[in-house]
Amino acid sequence: MGRYIVRRLLQLVPVFIGTTFLIYWLVWSVPGDPFAGKCGDRPCPDNYIQVMTEKFNLDQPLYVQYFTYMQNLLQGDFGETFGGRSINDLIAAAYPNTIKLAFVALAVEALIGLTAGVLTGLRRNGFLDNLVLVSTLFLIALPTFVTGFFLQYLFGVQWGIIKPTVSNPPSFTELLIPGFVLGSVSMAYVARLARTSIAENRSADYVRTAIAKGLPMRRVVGVHLLRNSLIPVITYLGTDLGALMGGAIVTEGIFGINGIGREVYRAIVTKEGATVVSIVVILVLVYLVMNLLVDMLYALLDPRIRYE
Amino acid sequence: MSDPTMSSMVTTPRAEQPTAPGATAPTDAGLPENQQADKPRGLLGDAWRDLRRKPLFWISSFFIVLFLVMAAFPSLFTSADPDYGTLSRSRVGPSADAWFGYDVQGRDVYARVIYGARASIMVAVLSTLGTVLIGGLVGVIAGFRGGWFDAVLSRIADIFFGLPFVLGAIVILFTFNPPGANRGEFEIIMLVVASLILLSWPVSMRIMRSSVLATKEADYIVAARALGASNLRIVFKHLIPNCLAPLLVYSTILVGSFIGAEATLSFLGVGLQSPVVSWGVMINESQNYIRVSLYLLLFPAAFLVTAVLSFVMLGEAVREALDPKMR
Amino acid sequence: MRVSKRARLVATTAAVALVAAGCSGGGDSDTDNAGGDTANGAITIDGTQPEVGLVPASTTETGGGKIIDFMWTGLVTYPNDGSAPKNAVAESIKTTDSKVYTIALKQGTKFHDGTEVKAKNFVDAWNWAAYSPNGAQNSSFFSDIAGFTDVNTPDPDDDGPKKAPEPKAKTMSGLKVVDDYNFTVTLATPFSIFPTKLGYSAYMPLPDVFFTQKPEEFGKKPIGNGPVKFVSWTDNVEIKLTRFDEYTLDDKVKIKDVTVKMYQEDTAAYADLQSGNLDFQQQIPVSALAGDKWKTDLGDRALNVPIPSTGIIAFPIYDARFKNADLRRAVSLAINRQEITDKIFFGARTPADSWANPLTPGNQKGNCTVCKFDPEGAKAALAKAGGFTGEMVLYYNADASHKEWMEAVAQSVKNVLGINIRAEGIPTFAVFRQGINAKQMKGPYRAGWQQDYPDVENWIGPLYVTGGSSNDGSYSNPQVDALYKEGTASTDVEAAHAKFAEAVKLIDQDVPTIPVYFSNQQSGTSDKVKNVNTSNVGEIDLSSVEIA
Repeated sequence: MGRYIVRRLLQLVPVFIGTTFLIYWLVWSVPGDPFAGKCGDRPCPDNYIQVMTEKFNLDQPLYVQYFTYMQNLLQGDFGETFGGRSINDLIAAAYPNTIKLAFVALAVEALIGLTAGVLTGLRRNGFLDNLVLVSTLFLIALPTFVTGFFLQYLFGVQWGIIKPTVSNPPSFTELLIPGFVLGSVSMAYVARLARTSIAENRSADYVRTAIAKGLPMRRVVGVHLLRNSLIPVITYLGTDLGALMGGAIVTEGIFGINGIGREVYRAIVTKEGATVVSIVVILVLVYLVMNLLVDMLYALLDPRIRYE
Repeated sequence: MSDPTMSSMVTTPRAEQPTAPGATAPTDAGLPENQQADKPRGLLGDAWRDLRRKPLFWISSFFIVLFLVMAAFPSLFTSADPDYGTLSRSRVGPSADAWFGYDVQGRDVYARVIYGARASIMVAVLSTLGTVLIGGLVGVIAGFRGGWFDAVLSRIADIFFGLPFVLGAIVILFTFNPPGANRGEFEIIMLVVASLILLSWPVSMRIMRSSVLATKEADYIVAARALGASNLRIVFKHLIPNCLAPLLVYSTILVGSFIGAEATLSFLGVGLQSPVVSWGVMINESQNYIRVSLYLLLFPAAFLVTAVLSFVMLGEAVREALDPKMR
Repeated sequence: MRVSKRARLVATTAAVALVAAGCSGGGDSDTDNAGGDTANGAITIDGTQPEVGLVPASTTETGGGKIIDFMWTGLVTYPNDGSAPKNAVAESIKTTDSKVYTIALKQGTKFHDGTEVKAKNFVDAWNWAAYSPNGAQNSSFFSDIAGFTDVNTPDPDDDGPKKAPEPKAKTMSGLKVVDDYNFTVTLATPFSIFPTKLGYSAYMPLPDVFFTQKPEEFGKKPIGNGPVKFVSWTDNVEIKLTRFDEYTLDDKVKIKDVTVKMYQEDTAAYADLQSGNLDFQQQIPVSALAGDKWKTDLGDRALNVPIPSTGIIAFPIYDARFKNADLRRAVSLAINRQEITDKIFFGARTPADSWANPLTPGNQKGNCTVCKFDPEGAKAALAKAGGFTGEMVLYYNADASHKEWMEAVAQSVKNVLGINIRAEGIPTFAVFRQGINAKQMKGPYRAGWQQDYPDVENWIGPLYVTGGSSNDGSYSNPQVDALYKEGTASTDVEAAHAKFAEAVKLIDQDVPTIPVYFSNQQSGTSDKVKNVNTSNVGEIDLSSVEIA
């Protein structure tokens, strides 16, 4: 197992290089001249474009730009935005908020989704089952801006329970509603995946044996059934953390959270390669680590799964 | 190399699978005797027998067929022009003339919902199929072969995972469909489908891989291998049917997510453009009016939910029929 | 993402209109002791993260422009009511020939670091902005001044590999410091509107310390000479400002602290406004304008302010299909502007009926004869043009909210003319502008024009004169060019306006663009503040704010 982990960590290196280059290339291929839209409804002055082009090596070929970026990166310098802001600062300010938000969302989604999934998996096709299905699907059908808008309006404006926008940096309690909004889209997946696994394993021999042995139902479900049913759910949750971090732009906007979503979007449309790559590379590292953790969890949950 | 302490740490009973695989048709093992009585049938035959008796299957199939007909021949359902609008009836609510009212441009919402079925259903279903096929296949290979194969495929998936949806979509769609290219509706739908598949297959891959990992050491697989079954046979006859459940569940819900994702692309200006209409686009267009004309959101959302519900139900029925463990 | 061009030099002719009754400002305006503790008051207003550091000559967008407007006071300022610019830091601006201007400064005005504002602070700042290697986005504002071409060299091959040659000089020959409080400006050619421009942020003075440090460093902790000074800036979160107690000019602020809170979404700011966490929101979101919800939400805290900006659709006249003026007229006449402003903008904007904005001095009301809705005339014009074959696509940038009105325009034209027309979004403003700059647009496209300075000249020169800086559609009419030249050369403003009016008549015949709507701004305040006015460009007038 130890060697497996080391090997997986070593794989980070090629993935890191591959991703940074792929993303650098993609940003570079985003259509549009970064300075065409900087000066409103008229072209920017030549001298401004010239100074910026030289400062950011934009007239150099792609690979030169990439290597310059990587060189600086290896020295711990992510570079700076076209606006002259240090990307290191930007990441330090925005990432913790996004990570916090994503974890709250993941927790909310796992908690609600798993509870709903276990309950409905044990009693399929009942009223609760249908209610959970329809309501979680409805959350998928409603775009985030609608869920966010309604919850903000009800809790923040109408009832005054929360502040409509969070403070900086946001506290965990302030992130509960935004986390729910962000996680709501994935709740259906968690609930359904859990439900299916539970239902499948419900009739498995070891569950019957456990019940026959006279173990209390709570223990049967909590230890035997849940544990063996968690693999698909954990897999999904593992992939979702990164998706939540990368896809939080609307939620961050609605609740005024200073996160990476807006920065990535802004950087993509203005072709700020260094900003996009720096932010996304960290996202990819999160994916890699999460997936490694999930793979480790497989072995814990199901001893038949081994890595050699 | 597995750590020996790992397995000894874990003391709970192993997940036992349904036992006693038969030599000829192992997946029939769980069936009651009377079903095995007549001529031996394949997996699909069994599934079909099972399905036919489920009302859930018929109801969801009916709705899906209804949506497919709607997508193919929208004019059967409405005589109104989804594209004609006049501001004099902007945001006029539901009435006898227009059951679902008029949108902000004064277009008939009912007609637009009907015509919106085509783009929404096509994008969602094709993208889901593609995602499931590619993701599922890669997942099976990675999980089954393991080792070096798994490492490479998984890391490729990780890279695709890391791509921000907006970045990938803008680049792909803009490269193949620059403004003014005037591509046809079908071509753009296919481009949208292709980019959705490209950006979302890794999740299916991870899910499939996880089930394969959990299943491939099961007794019946070991038994099949001991009996000299080829890898191909093991994968297709034994592994996939037993691993399909989580992916199937995931993918039916994915249908709903894709309908929304298509709208995001249109919203960014790289997806379908008017006059082509879709449910997602209608939902997005309602954004500014939810406080005054909520019906603009509710009608397309209701269609979306119904459609996804049908797919989830159908998926559920099919899965129960296919899955030997659920009999 | 919202890309908005910053409002420049705008003087308005209309006063700020308070929508609600009971906000007349008469009654209880005993400002000294009524209500709360104004002298120690702190307010929070909305804003967006400035794109670049806060250097006046480098800022062209609204997020940073707003802060610069608060923190600096120029030679002249534009009163809220839109009357003629008033001297601020300038004691007097004198000229005899509209070519050489002698500018005298008031003595004793100070920068926030305590140094006095002197003539060289203006001259050095302008020279810095104009010197092309400094790359200031506003450098073209100094192109009127003699010697500009010596300090600002264009790229010889327009974006190619060759670099622009090093400028011949570092300072403009037209700028001369006479003594601490006097300097002269010599223009390349006479231009009577020059003093009007001097209130724009590009012309702000810079303290001596600016020239001893990197502009980026200065931009992070700017030092201005305005009524409020800089305290702190947390990126994407807030900028804090506080009253500058040594400020000596008229527009002193009464409150103490101002926090500009940065929002990504206007709906978030609106939720904060409604729940009392925000004291001023400059533009209410569309979702609250729908059905006039904002008026019931805010009651007498709702403000409606006209701003000098017009929504336009421009034709790519370089495309052969749009060369025919009758076709362009047909499209314009087929647009039901009243219905669009009523239904799409909920009456928050008004139908355009003149070529310049109605707030602009020199504009003649109703001089756009093609701005009326005339289905019969439209059809006749289309017939005269020989019809239109193929598909006409109207383009807009999809990263701002233009979809609804552009689709409504397309629909209106379609219903009247029966031609095949639709609206299509282009993903980003950058791609959109790139197509426009490269003159590769394949159909009419949305444009917006917010005036740079309050004169009708600004609505003609850049837009309709051959080679104008924003004449993106390549419209060219030698008669218009000639009339424009005669207008700008005359030293008498009335005579100039007469010439411009003649030019507009010709433009009206050619329909190079289609004015669609005039903008208004809908703002809101909390009940914590009172007497809130907005400036000529719609920003909050900090000096008016008191705590209720």
